[in-house]
Amino acid sequence: MLEVDIRVRRGAFHLEGAFRSDATIVALFGRSGSGKSTIVEAIAGLLRPDWGRIRVGGRTLFDSERGIDLTPEARRVGCVFQDALLFPHLSVRGNLAYGERLTPASERFVDRERVLSLLGLGPLLDRRPATLSGGERQRVALGRTLLASPRLLLLDEPLAALDAPRKAEILGYIELLRDNFRLPMVYVSHAVEEVTRLADRLVLVSDGRTLAEGDVAEVLSRADLKPHTGRFEAGAVIDARVARHDEKYGLTTLAFDGGELVVPNVDALPGEPVRARIRSRDVALALERPRAASFQNVLEAAVEGIGEEFGAIVEVALRVGPTPLAARITRESAERLELAPGKRVFALVKAIAIDRRSVGYA
Amino acid sequence: MLSGEELGIVVLSLEVALASVAASLPFAIGVAWLLARRDFPGKTALDALVHLPLVLPPVVVGYLLLVVLGRGGVLGPALASMGIVFAFRWTGAALAAAVMSFPLVVRAVRLSMEAIDPRIEAAGRTLGARPWRVFATLTLPLAWPGIVTGALLGFARSLGEFGATITFVASIPGETETLPLAIYAYTQVPGAEGHALRLSILSVILSLAALAVSEWLVRRRPGAARHA
Repeated sequence: MLEVDIRVRRGAFHLEGAFRSDATIVALFGRSGSGKSTIVEAIAGLLRPDWGRIRVGGRTLFDSERGIDLTPEARRVGCVFQDALLFPHLSVRGNLAYGERLTPASERFVDRERVLSLLGLGPLLDRRPATLSGGERQRVALGRTLLASPRLLLLDEPLAALDAPRKAEILGYIELLRDNFRLPMVYVSHAVEEVTRLADRLVLVSDGRTLAEGDVAEVLSRADLKPHTGRFEAGAVIDARVARHDEKYGLTTLAFDGGELVVPNVDALPGEPVRARIRSRDVALALERPRAASFQNVLEAAVEGIGEEFGAIVEVALRVGPTPLAARITRESAERLELAPGKRVFALVKAIAIDRRSVGYA
Repeated sequence: MLSGEELGIVVLSLEVALASVAASLPFAIGVAWLLARRDFPGKTALDALVHLPLVLPPVVVGYLLLVVLGRGGVLGPALASMGIVFAFRWTGAALAAAVMSFPLVVRAVRLSMEAIDPRIEAAGRTLGARPWRVFATLTLPLAWPGIVTGALLGFARSLGEFGATITFVASIPGETETLPLAIYAYTQVPGAEGHALRLSILSVILSLAALAVSEWLVRRRPGAARHA
């Protein structure tokens, strides 16, 4: 259980952050400059809040009223930042050993060999940080932090400095760590794809405040938070399981509460839980089931609500069974189809709109 | 090639300069770290105090040392009762050189410490290292090129120290008469220009050798040097 309730004042910048989470991965989500990193620094002990409390797993790291303020080295909170911040004068081996050596044997729960093999660090051991690629550096940073056996792992925009293929690679590694170590993580990001792939809980941070917290899909589809989440490509997140693969056409069918989704080949075994993100702009609506169309996914849905009524584009909130979905269509279409809450419609989603990047292991 | 007298002067000068660097370097590293990494009341004053020898006439520094640490000075007799005497000793020459070169050493070390990303040190803390360990295992090795440069500057400055030395400990052959003092003395004696020239050439050779050694020391640490 992670509990944060802090106030920070630095010149003109104010932060009021409060959230609790017992999810494996909780995401701090918001634009840059919203205060996400400040919260992370406060948890790590690199910044002292003016007031508040921080507790991790029942252990108080900071409590202004009780005068508790553990030093960073006493907190056992690991950090991985956007730039890996490896120690340039040490080899990869030296970097990995740094925190491990400082961890008392009784506190160590992370096996060195396991980390090396999971992160593929073996071949890098004798290299210097300056000779590593961005992705390799981030892998070493993850390994170095993990080997210090932290009780909480803070990942502050760990993918921000990487190109798309490397991002996907490191995301995969973080998923591996999540599934292999019982380690709570705080994942800071402004990228909705990363958050929906990794996190179970989401804390929305905006203008120095924690605005909302809850289930990832729920918070991201809440209409009242659209001003804060909407700048990021709006969409819905669907928790699903792999139902079957179609080898001939390279398609995977995902089953979710309310229906099935056909998507291009997903790299997961049947039965495995995955999470798919469907952007609102990739969802079209029809009143009748189209007979001859290329849409792979035709989902029966009910209109829940229609977003603001001015401008050319409206956002239509839908429900497929119990699962929320959203469509972004023109206002003209919405009026022509006479959309209103409760109306039955068909949501049309092209399979290719749900690519590999928007499906991840849950 | 060198006369016994000249050799004595060179050895004494090296001793004084090395003692000066050895004495000032630990303090310089400490002060540089304070100035680069800490905020505290009186920081500006400390910064000014450190730079004072750089802007004061060396004679003034020598005179102040004499007033404080001389035989009849404020602290002189007390220190003398503990067996520590600077006045008219080679140790006094080393002290004068250390004081005069201190700002240069601090400056070089401080610049290299300020060039280290403080978040690297923060990363060390989150990995479980206490502040002193972060200092010893991260700050110090990463500031290595600056420390070597500072030591070289301090050594060169000490080798050339004249004004404060002659004021504080006079020019006593075999005790406080270092290269610059000897060169000056020879230029004051008719017909001794040859000696002065030989000693001047020796000074050039010593300084170049110090430069070469520091270059080698910096290059020996490729990881640290590249990120300085």
